[in-house]
Amino acid sequence: MSDEDDIILSELDDDELVQQMFDDLYDGLKEEIEESVHILLDRGWVPYRILTEALVGGMKIVGDDFRDGILFVPEVLLAANAMKGGMFILKPLLAETGAPRVGKMVIGTVKGDIHDIGKNLVGMMMEGAGFEVVDLGINNDVDKYLGALESEKPDILGMSALLTTTMPYMKVVIDTLIEKGMREDYIVLVGGAPLNEEFGRAIGADAYCRDAAVAVETAKTWVARKHNRMSA
Amino acid sequence: MTDALSAMLATHDVILADGATGTNLFNMGLMSGDAPEMWNVEHPKKITALYKGAVDAGSDLFLTNTFGGNASRLKLHDAHRRVRELNRVSAELGREVADRAGRKVIVAASVGPTGEIMEPVGALSHALAVEMFHEQAEALKEGGADVLWLETISAPEEYRAAAEAFALAHMPWVGTMSFDTAGRTMMGVTSSAMTQMVEDLPNPPLAYGANCGVGASDLLRTVLGFTAQGGTRPVVAKGNAGIPKYVEGHIHYDGTPELMAEYAVMARNCGARVIGGCCGTTPEHLRHMRDALDSRPRGDRPDLEEIAARLGGFSSAADGTGDGEGAPTRERRGRRRRD
Repeated sequence: MSDEDDIILSELDDDELVQQMFDDLYDGLKEEIEESVHILLDRGWVPYRILTEALVGGMKIVGDDFRDGILFVPEVLLAANAMKGGMFILKPLLAETGAPRVGKMVIGTVKGDIHDIGKNLVGMMMEGAGFEVVDLGINNDVDKYLGALESEKPDILGMSALLTTTMPYMKVVIDTLIEKGMREDYIVLVGGAPLNEEFGRAIGADAYCRDAAVAVETAKTWVARKHNRMSA
Repeated sequence: MTDALSAMLATHDVILADGATGTNLFNMGLMSGDAPEMWNVEHPKKITALYKGAVDAGSDLFLTNTFGGNASRLKLHDAHRRVRELNRVSAELGREVADRAGRKVIVAASVGPTGEIMEPVGALSHALAVEMFHEQAEALKEGGADVLWLETISAPEEYRAAAEAFALAHMPWVGTMSFDTAGRTMMGVTSSAMTQMVEDLPNPPLAYGANCGVGASDLLRTVLGFTAQGGTRPVVAKGNAGIPKYVEGHIHYDGTPELMAEYAVMARNCGARVIGGCCGTTPEHLRHMRDALDSRPRGDRPDLEEIAARLGGFSSAADGTGDGEGAPTRERRGRRRRD
């Protein structure tokens, strides 16, 4: 494959370069993504445009193919890693230029559960969609979730569990939110292999997300709804 | 000397394995968030009751309560220095139950995944994974397990690391993966790819197959994928008793004992040699499975339509065999820039 003509990124026009970035994200080529981000910045693109048109656009394809069973976890992790390379360059610039915020999410695996593969995927795909993500890691009890909600003031709380022994803990967290009158302040999304929609409803979450791609779509829908409600 | 599982496979047409560990311990009062492995030393009587539940229901083989017994998983409970103790004791309790059963029963020592992603995508090195699996394997051997039982694996790298560790422990083993994503494992392994991987190992397992996943129908579709390849290595089918539901504060699986009995008969028709349940499968389910396997004749190999008609539909259209589902492709602009 490598004996084919190498593409010189800087020789591509803007449209071609963005298309190439889609391919490079898909292939998980971090260095190439970083190079392309620099090229677009040099050409005067504002950071927010690079984020939304090139990076988020490319990760959307990755997310769709993951949802459709064409890509699997290893490929998505590599793509997310490449995206991260680009984001690392853009993040300070986005803050400087006062770019609009898509939304913010606090995410963590529940108490007793150390599984974080699915949770990490969701975090990466959410970042890929332009969300700000605060990752609490694994084994979070109610206090840790509540503390993060108060300090970070996110739009969304995401909880993950991989075990049937740990998934009921999500209800403990939601019940505590209700008790403290905080439940309506956040969109609560839950996910993990043993969960399903019915479970999500039964414990009082806003939605169950089957996979990381669905999580992103669900988050977008709910955040838009929340913003509408607030401005109404 | 022939190992116990090989001997049983030689004399039994089909072996009935056990059901769930987590679900049944939950029913005995395990709290959400606690490590089941701690109960091996804190509540040994309950673990003995768990094992006995399967044996009394007619299981020929049961798994030890050691699924999360590797250092990586026990670290969460600050018990990573107790790998040897927790695993050894669990296997010893199993040995006692099996030896008092009054018939031949196999103690299969459960080994679950590390919960980490391996290199090159993740951070866990092959060497460290082998070391952790080896540590657990030696303890299970010391406790008197007949065979090591790797389960719920999704990454081929992790399966290979465990295989290498089990060779170091000089123990016979069985290894199953969990096919829960569009007919493949989370990491994208198809049933045919797993068969290929297993046959390429320097120390292949005595049997291989699928456990957990999405439900009885999906699991049998995967089993059909294994057996379609015409290999001679025995295949394991350990599927969940339906789908988990949340009922009055605890998890309940919606698969009835009757459904699991049908599943067991169908699994045999699909060519599985070791048949059991996974999450949600109680002794009551196992009794129905035992009765059905003993009382009903072997039937023809079912097709997907028959499986769906008897056990319910599939969770995805793709069957994960990698055939006829359009190889993973995407319209690209042209060249890849790097291999």
